Amino acid sequence: MLVEFFLRLRDAGIPVSITEYLALLDALDRDVCGPDVEDFYHLSRAALVKDERHFDRFDLVFGAHFKGVEARFERVAGEVPLEWLRKLAEKHLTEEEKARVESLGGWEKLMETLRKRLEAQRGRHQGGSKWIGTAGTSPFGAYGYNPEGVRIGQDDSRHRHAVKVWDRREYRDFDDTVELGTRNLKVALRRLRQFAREGAEDELDLDGTIRSTARNAGLLDVRMVPERRNVVKVLLFLDVGGSMNDHVRRCEALFSAARTEFRHLEHFYFHNCLYESVWRDNRRRHAERIPTTEVLRTYGTDHKVIFVGDATMSPYEIAYPGGSVEHWNEEPGAVWMGRMLARYPHAVWLNPEPVRRWETTPSIDMLNKLMDGRMYPLTVAGIDRGVRELQR
Amino acid sequence: MNDGRFNGTDRYVATGDLAIAVNAAATLGRPLLVKGEPGTGKTMLAIEVARALDRPLIEWHIKSTTRAQQGLYEYDAVARLRDSQLGDARVHDIANYIVRGKLWEAFASDTQPVLLIDEIDKADIEFPNDLLLELDRMEFFVYETKETVRARTRPVVIITSNNEKELPDAFLRRCFFHYIRFPDADTMREIVDVHHPKLKKHLLERALEVFFEMREVPGLKKKPSTSELLDWIKLLVAEDIPPEALRSDDHKAILPPLYGALLKNEQDVHLFEQLLFLDRRRG
Repeated sequence: MLVEFFLRLRDAGIPVSITEYLALLDALDRDVCGPDVEDFYHLSRAALVKDERHFDRFDLVFGAHFKGVEARFERVAGEVPLEWLRKLAEKHLTEEEKARVESLGGWEKLMETLRKRLEAQRGRHQGGSKWIGTAGTSPFGAYGYNPEGVRIGQDDSRHRHAVKVWDRREYRDFDDTVELGTRNLKVALRRLRQFAREGAEDELDLDGTIRSTARNAGLLDVRMVPERRNVVKVLLFLDVGGSMNDHVRRCEALFSAARTEFRHLEHFYFHNCLYESVWRDNRRRHAERIPTTEVLRTYGTDHKVIFVGDATMSPYEIAYPGGSVEHWNEEPGAVWMGRMLARYPHAVWLNPEPVRRWETTPSIDMLNKLMDGRMYPLTVAGIDRGVRELQR
Repeated sequence: MNDGRFNGTDRYVATGDLAIAVNAAATLGRPLLVKGEPGTGKTMLAIEVARALDRPLIEWHIKSTTRAQQGLYEYDAVARLRDSQLGDARVHDIANYIVRGKLWEAFASDTQPVLLIDEIDKADIEFPNDLLLELDRMEFFVYETKETVRARTRPVVIITSNNEKELPDAFLRRCFFHYIRFPDADTMREIVDVHHPKLKKHLLERALEVFFEMREVPGLKKKPSTSELLDWIKLLVAEDIPPEALRSDDHKAILPPLYGALLKNEQDVHLFEQLLFLDRRRG
């Protein structure tokens, strides 16, 4: 039975290994936890999951796998007291939302329907638009989008036996495909650091000194080495304006994280696609432009290039001369992208648009092909993969 | 009270999941890796586990320059060189110049100790890999003296991390893992109770209210954490601030007294002032 659970966890993309599985069995064998599902949940999580980003996924698998067992431990009735639900819902809803509830026929009706559905529903449910469960759009259930919704199975309640710990999904925010804060970005970018000794020799080389002193028959021979520094050089190209306005916050976070992580960071702005000029200061974008050829000449091939943009535009803007929405461009954007990539072999494109939209947007597809598939989503996991690519 | 299980102490509130993780790690003799927001009591955990189980505590604080070898032992070649030039007799025995590290100390201890490896993510990225075998088998080899050091009893190893670097998979696989969540209001009340048992109930309610509201403020660079709340309450008690001063309900809100304990940088204080200003205008 646990083998199946183990395999399910692996299927869900949680990197559990045999060692960890055996450790869990060992712990069970030695009675670390009592016969209690919640204890078992905590124990198995501590043994199998080593990263809080995977907690949420673990909760889902645990919930799905042990739904039958859990019923054996304690029988949760299918009926939730009406009073309790109303209190809970009232606490969560704003005045405005309450007014909308009235428009749906009021509390009594909403609760009546809810009760009927609870009776009809068997088992746990997720997604969908009718049944009660998580992440759906039905008015009933948790984490849904329906403003008239009644929340069931969320925190704020100390009725520990009514709400399963794993159903609370408190670790949602840590899933790295979702959250993106400056701090996470820094950790992701930090992988790109490369240390090398460079510059003036100002640090005592202890081992070297000892070695050469010994060789010198005990007469002190001091050796110095240069300090270790992060030598990665990064050129950051950011798309601004237009469709990028939706993604400003994430780009800002990325920018500020990159700022503090790299000593050699140069940033440039462009609009939609790269053309013959870029700019550094967004307020003076028309006055102070830098020819792209100058960028190509100035920075050596050892620079790593990161483009950030949604790549959402008309295909003409990439493929044809004069396609740009802002000015007349002599050469198509694709040519400039080609020059850039020829000069800087280490380059990636980070795209804030959700991956599912990539295939259906022709311009994203075109740029992804230009980048040889090195386009990654602007999430922590995406940056992680991008950084790996840059390091190769 | 000491049956070899950890359930929190009179100074430390351990949630059920934390207690299980600690007990599992202690029973199986595997390291426990603890992560969590800064200020949620990761380092305190090891200290309190040692106290609760009545074991000696050995602390090894990691810095960016710490190498794994330093935890095992160091060969003080410079001292030996000096002694040889001064003609000291000690120079003939190389064992005189082997300096024991924290891990060796823990292995040599007669009673099972608690070993804290604090902020492992501060060290070089290879650091955890260099300790794999040592933590797994609880033994290592001293090249200079050709001896093998073996742990008499497997120490309870507690490792904390602030997530600055990702730890290698091979290392993670050998550990139990616990993420200390930010406590909810009830747990928070318990924690404050443990630290300030004689606190006026009214003041506590008000203080917690202000504190959780402050954490809700969007855009704060550094959210106040448990340890900061405790500091703040300590100050409030010391200054004998009446609960009424923490919050006036007529929207004439001001910065809470002694806010310096909660907000740790200028931008946050500024942001908070602005929000209060807006709030007042609306009120």
